[in-house]
Amino acid sequence: MSAHAESAPAPVGGKLVTRSTVILGAMVLLMGWVLVLRMIYGLGAVTNLNNGYPWGLWIAWDVTIGTALAGGGFSTALLVYVLNRGQYHPLIRPALLAALLGYLQAGLSVFVDLGRWWDFWHIFWPTYAQPNSVLFEVALCIMAYIVILMIELLPAVLERLHWQNARRRLERVLFVFVAIGVLLPTMHQSSLGTLLVVFGPQVHPLYQSNILPLLFLTSTIGMGYAAVTIESAISSVGLRRPFEKEILAKLLGIGRWLMGAFLFVRFIDLIYRRAVGEAFTLSTPMVTFWIENLLFSVPLWLLASKKNAQRAKYLFLSAMAMALGGIVYRLSAFLVAYQTGGSWSYFPSLGELIVTAGLISFEVLGIIVAVRLLPILPAPAAERT
Amino acid sequence: MSIDRRDFFKLAAKTAAVAAGAKAGVAHARDTKQMPEEALGLLFDGTLCIGCRACMPACKEANGMPAELTPLEANGQVSAVWDAPLDISGHTLNVIKAYRDGTGLNKDQVTDGFAFTKQSCFHCVDPSCVSACPVSAMTKDPVNGIVSYSVDACIGCRYCVAACPFGVPRFTYDTPKPVISKCQLCKHRLEKGEFAACATVCPTGATLFGKVKDLKKEIDRRRALEPGTTTRFPRGRIGGNDFYEGKVGKYVRRVYGEREIGGTQVLHLSGVPFELLDKPELPDVAPAAVSETIQHGLYYGLIAPATFLGILVAAARRNMIAAGKDPDAKPPPEVKP
Amino acid sequence: MSAIEFWLKTSRVAKSLERSDELGAAERRFGIPRRDFLQFAATLVASMGLPSSALGAVVNAMTQSKRPSVIWLQFQECTGCTESLLRAEHPTLEKLILELVSLDYHETLMAAAGHQVEEARKAAMEANRGKYILVVEGAIPVKENGIYCKVGGQTAVDMVKEVAAGAAAVISIGSCASWGGMPATAPNPTGASSAGSVLGKPVVTIPGCPPSPYNFLSTVVHFLTFGALPEVDAKGRPKFAYGRLIHENCERRAHFDAGRFALQFGDEGHRQGWCLYKLGCKGPETYANCPQLLFNDCGVGAWPVGTGHPCIGCTEEGVGFTKPIHALADLKTVTPPVQFARPAEPQGVGATAVTAGTAAVLGGLAIGAGLKLADKLGKKDDEAASKEPPEKKP
Repeated sequence: MSAHAESAPAPVGGKLVTRSTVILGAMVLLMGWVLVLRMIYGLGAVTNLNNGYPWGLWIAWDVTIGTALAGGGFSTALLVYVLNRGQYHPLIRPALLAALLGYLQAGLSVFVDLGRWWDFWHIFWPTYAQPNSVLFEVALCIMAYIVILMIELLPAVLERLHWQNARRRLERVLFVFVAIGVLLPTMHQSSLGTLLVVFGPQVHPLYQSNILPLLFLTSTIGMGYAAVTIESAISSVGLRRPFEKEILAKLLGIGRWLMGAFLFVRFIDLIYRRAVGEAFTLSTPMVTFWIENLLFSVPLWLLASKKNAQRAKYLFLSAMAMALGGIVYRLSAFLVAYQTGGSWSYFPSLGELIVTAGLISFEVLGIIVAVRLLPILPAPAAERT
Repeated sequence: MSIDRRDFFKLAAKTAAVAAGAKAGVAHARDTKQMPEEALGLLFDGTLCIGCRACMPACKEANGMPAELTPLEANGQVSAVWDAPLDISGHTLNVIKAYRDGTGLNKDQVTDGFAFTKQSCFHCVDPSCVSACPVSAMTKDPVNGIVSYSVDACIGCRYCVAACPFGVPRFTYDTPKPVISKCQLCKHRLEKGEFAACATVCPTGATLFGKVKDLKKEIDRRRALEPGTTTRFPRGRIGGNDFYEGKVGKYVRRVYGEREIGGTQVLHLSGVPFELLDKPELPDVAPAAVSETIQHGLYYGLIAPATFLGILVAAARRNMIAAGKDPDAKPPPEVKP
Repeated sequence: MSAIEFWLKTSRVAKSLERSDELGAAERRFGIPRRDFLQFAATLVASMGLPSSALGAVVNAMTQSKRPSVIWLQFQECTGCTESLLRAEHPTLEKLILELVSLDYHETLMAAAGHQVEEARKAAMEANRGKYILVVEGAIPVKENGIYCKVGGQTAVDMVKEVAAGAAAVISIGSCASWGGMPATAPNPTGASSAGSVLGKPVVTIPGCPPSPYNFLSTVVHFLTFGALPEVDAKGRPKFAYGRLIHENCERRAHFDAGRFALQFGDEGHRQGWCLYKLGCKGPETYANCPQLLFNDCGVGAWPVGTGHPCIGCTEEGVGFTKPIHALADLKTVTPPVQFARPAEPQGVGATAVTAGTAAVLGGLAIGAGLKLADKLGKKDDEAASKEPPEKKP
């Protein structure tokens, strides 16, 4: 077990206005300006979205990747609260915080991407809602999950406010929300993959499959653990917090198995659908296919030996590879493998890049502010300098 | 790492249970829908089309669409000063396009020839857009099968644009109050006893309006005749009084829309292969049916989610409450073997 | 001022000709002002599509050359072609025709009649053997040895063969002589045939019912000026006149392209001057220059379509007097204009230097930061490992 003593979470404190937060804030303001233009002039004024590529960077990155990287929230909750692996406990609050901010960022992105955003409530209204649509389920699920995440983090807020009675009452029933908070992401993360099924032959055979929900769910869990590792690394180096090496080694151990399962299932499915030939026929989807498989495989060989599996650098690099693999997979599935008729081109515009970077900055800024003000991260052990 | 392996297998077992539930759900898979008995549609016969494009301004006028001054630099032409759309769009619901090869002098010939094709909504029997839309903005009439769009419901998510395999619904990106545009078979004219504007104005009956079952009979009739035979071609609406005599063209075997993704109500005949006209190769199964089968399989009656939730609640309760401890207290350190 | 008048006012060739002796000679010979003569010559040059420099040669030919002898035969016809030639705004056009050529035989225009006229014809043929021009107006019946048309006891078939034998050139004027025309309409009980088919050799044809007089006149003047007939197509029609479809030059073409059709005589579209395709206009399959030359020199719209009646394809064998007037025409050239969209046009904005660069920079920064972080972590890890005492295993 780690030599670091387990300590209760506490606010990190310190200055809110630093060079990093100012830069992040500036990025958010720049994004704000682009969004004002979008609101006044329409989507065409700031994006390169067109009728051949109606979904672009904002959906592919901010929604699918942003929420997948935020998946640490549910995948860690699964381990801690459901499978009773209390040893992962110190990771749970940072993971939930990252999850909440990641999903808020995704929600904001959807809002901005909707053409007729003022009618967004139609999705939840019984006379309009269309339950056969995968998007309907995704939207409902994500909305509900954001609420659940807020409830799951409420104890940290109540702790800060020193409202102990309220906190205790909440924690007596928290298990219900935790359970829902594990269920909901399994539903919508897999459905983010199912979204592609209705596109039919418009998605390249290397990516179109009936088991898309399974592939998306598996990669999400892996990406979640990767994100938790990366966040821990950042807080370790940036905020001088302990890098929970042993815990993360175990997390990534599970991640390794998931990656192995993902690759195995993906290739079996490819054989079953008789599409293996496509994996060796030169095309852009073929290139991305092998890139993401390579990235997903990194933890399998980088952490193969017991010694390497304990080295922080290798753990971190494996986490990076898993996250990158998931990123490439989702970008490819929605933007590269998606090939509609005609001869359409698409690449994100400067406006789209600014908004995506701005939303990521918003998320990171939120995490920094929250960990400084709320008891999220474990307090540093006494021995550390 | 034996403990973690055990944990993993627990998780895997639970996932497998859900997946098994999904497989069981597949048993009541959603079949591809059937064409309504009184379905209305169009027959576009490319061999009859003379490229006059009368159907384009007629459609614009019938639907109140503005002119589209598309600069045709792509073709090396000067900037257009008249309505010259390159493609259907947020402001154009119907376009006649021309395939050309080599000298382009011979009608309906692949080499050194040209051919005309129409691009507009196919009014699928099992539409992907209707399945995809989360707010019921795309609906299919149960009687005449026309696929309609309601701007009141639309949230502008563009899932329909992405889902349609023919690339039909088009979004107006150039405005802060965008809408989706697509042909709705002039359903607003039907109540007045009129019919689709494109068919009404077509001088050669290349675009013919009518009940799909009648149109299919007409297709069979034309394909049974020897190319070059003189026959009577109906104009406007099938079963009407407007005919003219002309020669039957040489058709490719395929009738486009007969089986594509479960069939469509707008059918095409052509003298040149459809791939040359940018009409996509599509399977017989409707993607909407596949997507809904998966969704229903996983979520049918919310049985699987509820079961899963039950397991989760029980486990969370045990781990967080039953021990009687403060859930936020640090658990005792684990002893490793 | 018409285009011809404008050209005459500004062209240097025309200006130099005006002052020349030749026009003076023309003035004296034809008894008309040199202005009018020049305009007539210029019209002919323009309709033949010759360069303006040819004006001099044409004027010269018309003023200097010995008037060629013309034998004009009329058979199964209505004399419309002759009437067309006489029907002109220019008051002295008939004078020009009669002075330009020596019309040695023309049944309608000659004062005399009977066997004397036939003798005069034979004398002219003898005197000009090998040099006269034979103009045939009207179809020639061939059934039952051609007895359905006889002039002075001689069948049309025999007469045309006899006269053609000594002719320098044979011109069929009008659709009847060119391909059979109206008399040849099914069931064609008399076997009405074209002059070319009766003679068994290619002839120049000027089809139309009637043709524009300028098509005939230009052909004759071309012959006078250059000693040869103008370039003809496979059917013997001068290309300058019959090289393009009416559909290609029709002033209502924009309505066709935009889909504005008159559906009935007198309806809204008809009154607006919309395309007459749906009323059966044969413009799309008829080769002629009617929309350019118009008729009767009385201004814009003086041709069938211009007045609101669909073209009946009178010049075209297989169309005129064959297809019903209101039957839909086949389009001869449906070759799409370049403005047609292709089935797949490139659309959308791909990667540009700026956006690709920005994305690459952002991605690079993230990965770079990650790798740096990995290094720092590694260092921290190694430091911690070297500081810690080795773990004691229980």
